[in-house]
Amino acid sequence: MLTVKDVAKSFGGFRALNGCGLEVRPGTITGIIGPNGAGKSTLFNIIGGLFPPDQGVVELEGRSIAGVRPDKLAGLGLVRTFQISRELGELTVLENMLLAGQGQSGEQAWANFLRWGLVREQEARTLAKARALLERVDLWHLANDPARNLSGGQKKLLEISRALMLDPKIILLDEPTAGVSPLMSRALTKAISTLRDDGITFAIIEHDMDMIAEICNPIYVLAEGRTLTSGSFAEVTANEDVMKAYLGKVAA
Amino acid sequence: MISFIILMSIVICFSAVLALALNFQWGSGGMVNFGLAGFYALGAYACALLMLKGGFNTFFATLGAMAIVAVACGLVAIVTLRVTEEDYFAIVTLGVGEMLRLVALNEDWLTKGALGLSGIERPFNDWVAPTSYSYVMLGFCALMVAATVWFLNKLARSPFGRVVRAVREDDVVAATLGKHVLWARIRIFAIGGALIGLAGSLHAFYYQYIDPTQFSNIVIAYAFMAVIAGGRGAYLGTILGASIVMVLLEGSRFAKDLIPSLSSDQLAAIRIIIIGVGLIALLIYRPQGFLREYRLQANLSGSKQQSP
Repeated sequence: MLTVKDVAKSFGGFRALNGCGLEVRPGTITGIIGPNGAGKSTLFNIIGGLFPPDQGVVELEGRSIAGVRPDKLAGLGLVRTFQISRELGELTVLENMLLAGQGQSGEQAWANFLRWGLVREQEARTLAKARALLERVDLWHLANDPARNLSGGQKKLLEISRALMLDPKIILLDEPTAGVSPLMSRALTKAISTLRDDGITFAIIEHDMDMIAEICNPIYVLAEGRTLTSGSFAEVTANEDVMKAYLGKVAA
Repeated sequence: MISFIILMSIVICFSAVLALALNFQWGSGGMVNFGLAGFYALGAYACALLMLKGGFNTFFATLGAMAIVAVACGLVAIVTLRVTEEDYFAIVTLGVGEMLRLVALNEDWLTKGALGLSGIERPFNDWVAPTSYSYVMLGFCALMVAATVWFLNKLARSPFGRVVRAVREDDVVAATLGKHVLWARIRIFAIGGALIGLAGSLHAFYYQYIDPTQFSNIVIAYAFMAVIAGGRGAYLGTILGASIVMVLLEGSRFAKDLIPSLSSDQLAAIRIIIIGVGLIALLIYRPQGFLREYRLQANLSGSKQQSP
């Protein structure tokens, strides 16, 4: 579904990615792990269209998406979340959700004055969808609060729910459990695997090995901008190179 | 005294429209406009010239001025935001605003330079007696303020309003959620531009004479103060903010009656000092402004709506 081949990216003299590749098959939760500075977030930023790769192939369902703008990617069914939650703080929780609705005529300023019937009808539909998603993660009672008031875990839930408003085919999650309580982390893990069963494909950057072991397969290991190896959790952890990458060459 | 209050109310009205335009561009959309005075001048000159040279009536001259400033603002947004980061946008608006003022000052063939344009016609002038005209003008200006607030409030409650605020909060997230950020910003700046054009037209109608000194950059500081005082994104608050700024500005004229030894130079300086002190006091005691931005408050307990 998502194919990345030989992607390279430099920032000035620093090579953040150097021949990185992975393959996300439909219906999987593909884990991406690696030490800090391995280039995981840079890879997500390239797939997500924040900047184009210097070289290499990025394809979504066989179609090149290298350098395609994020808003176009959203239309193609690819959404991402961010390592540090990026809720729209001044908007309410519900407004964050409604914003993510696609194909809203009311986003044209004039339509609100000339086709208000259509806008109102769409708004009711978007609201019903947002409500169903918020009730699922127990955030509906906070729907009228500014999103900035949510706890760390609730912000993560909001981000995933907001991504679901787009009816995506694939969601890229950048460290969904970072800064989240263990209890909330369990809930997130469960939510993600349920969504996978509903047919949504995931690629996840994560440091929480319990979560990786439980739901991710296959797992790609990145180090120094390269794909080191891939495979199931057992295969990857048995690999000596992986231990070296994580613990440093001295320890090995 | 009554006539002074009426004239001041008119000034408050068209200042409020200008501040409302800024509140939409900057307060709601996060787009800093340091060229406000220049675009304001463009609106006033466009309106005046459409009547004096183009022979249009006041209604079409106003519409024309709104369209011209909207297009000018839209172009500035397109040209700047396509090639550069938003951080530089503020500087570009400053440059464009100054450029517009210099054009007004130096292109004698079009604007009569420092002499200014006189003999600007007023709306409804033929229909009412000159003695009661200021009441009509006040009513007209107040109606324009009400219409602007209604329009902006309607937009704020619409899906478009959500996009506007989202672009201000975090443009990367807005893009990730499928919004075309550049196009949104162009529209934000152009819609604000149309309102600046309206404010400029009212300015021209009121004074019947315009020259470049009326559009000095201090106007930008007053407008920002009105928006900050009223609350970013709170349109009704902007009317309050504009009233306070104008009362402080015009009210300081009476300082001469209280302290007769003031020279007119000192008085002019005091007006600016009052504004400055007022802004600092505001930022200390009520940094969020008097009113709050619109926030959707949905009925949480109501039954689930059936999706069709």
